[in-house]
Amino acid sequence: MRAGVIVFPGSNCDHDTFHVLSQIVGADTRFVFHRETDLSDLDLVVLPGGFSYGDYLRAGAIARLSPVIEALHEFAQRGGLVMGICNGFQILCEAGLLPGALAVNTCLEFRCQWVHLRVENAATPFTSSLSPGQVLRIPIAHQEGRYIAPPDLLEELEENGQVVFRYCRPDGSLDLKEREAPYNPNGSLNHIAGIVNRQGNVLGMMPHPERASEKVLSSEDGRAIFMSALAAVGAAR
Amino acid sequence: MASFQVEVRVSPRADLLDPQGKAVEQALKRLGFAGASSVRVGKLITLTLEAPSREEAHRLVEEMCAKLLANPVTEDYSFEVAPLPAPAAREG
Repeated sequence: MRAGVIVFPGSNCDHDTFHVLSQIVGADTRFVFHRETDLSDLDLVVLPGGFSYGDYLRAGAIARLSPVIEALHEFAQRGGLVMGICNGFQILCEAGLLPGALAVNTCLEFRCQWVHLRVENAATPFTSSLSPGQVLRIPIAHQEGRYIAPPDLLEELEENGQVVFRYCRPDGSLDLKEREAPYNPNGSLNHIAGIVNRQGNVLGMMPHPERASEKVLSSEDGRAIFMSALAAVGAAR
Repeated sequence: MASFQVEVRVSPRADLLDPQGKAVEQALKRLGFAGASSVRVGKLITLTLEAPSREEAHRLVEEMCAKLLANPVTEDYSFEVAPLPAPAAREG
């Protein structure tokens, strides 16, 4: 698998993601500068976490005007795998590659903590090595992660199985308290932590799998997401 | 070409929870402003714009809002366009 990690001005998880893809997953990995317009050598493109353009105006609003985003639209249309983590998820929503938006957490705080995620759809290219209902332990670090979509869109996402990960308790159950639900750390609608597009080849998630891909970091649960992508690329060849 | 002063107000959509507005409302109540309610916190974007007419200026600002300044999923917007005096008159 040939993987690319996009570097926007203000990306700060680009090197962590590069490290995991190249050293842990074993993919041939390169950085992609935000001004690049040719992604044809890549199988997987990752938009890493960070604060592209200082989160000015709205998180991801300026980054989505980068030249690389136009190329990314073509790349995704051709079926290439795209993964947006945290700020990358925000950029994908702003760019229209994923539906909905990410608003300020209901607690108004920047939340940096470990969370539990329930795998809702294990049939995507990013989750094929996981099983439905499996609980992953992966950290979050964001202030704008409350997933929002209009009611009809939300229903559509649920019906199409586009909700891939949901915030949950360690036992996999949902925290259904309306207010101050610690297991839905940002107040996301339907506890949504990650979604895919209708075709299933574009994933956006607020938690950081690259921060949970090695034993030394106390969880390897995130690695399965990258390994699934690796397997999907291998199978497509 | 004429110059226009533009003010764009962007606020959280009325049907969405605005946690910032809620926090400010609670703070106002703590200060004794018991009658304060429905607090929303948004942003104000100002710019000057060159356009051939006021109608065209309106159209351009509408496009700016749709393409960049507001996110329709989470935000509402409104704006005002006011003519600015011609540069010569301003320097006058």
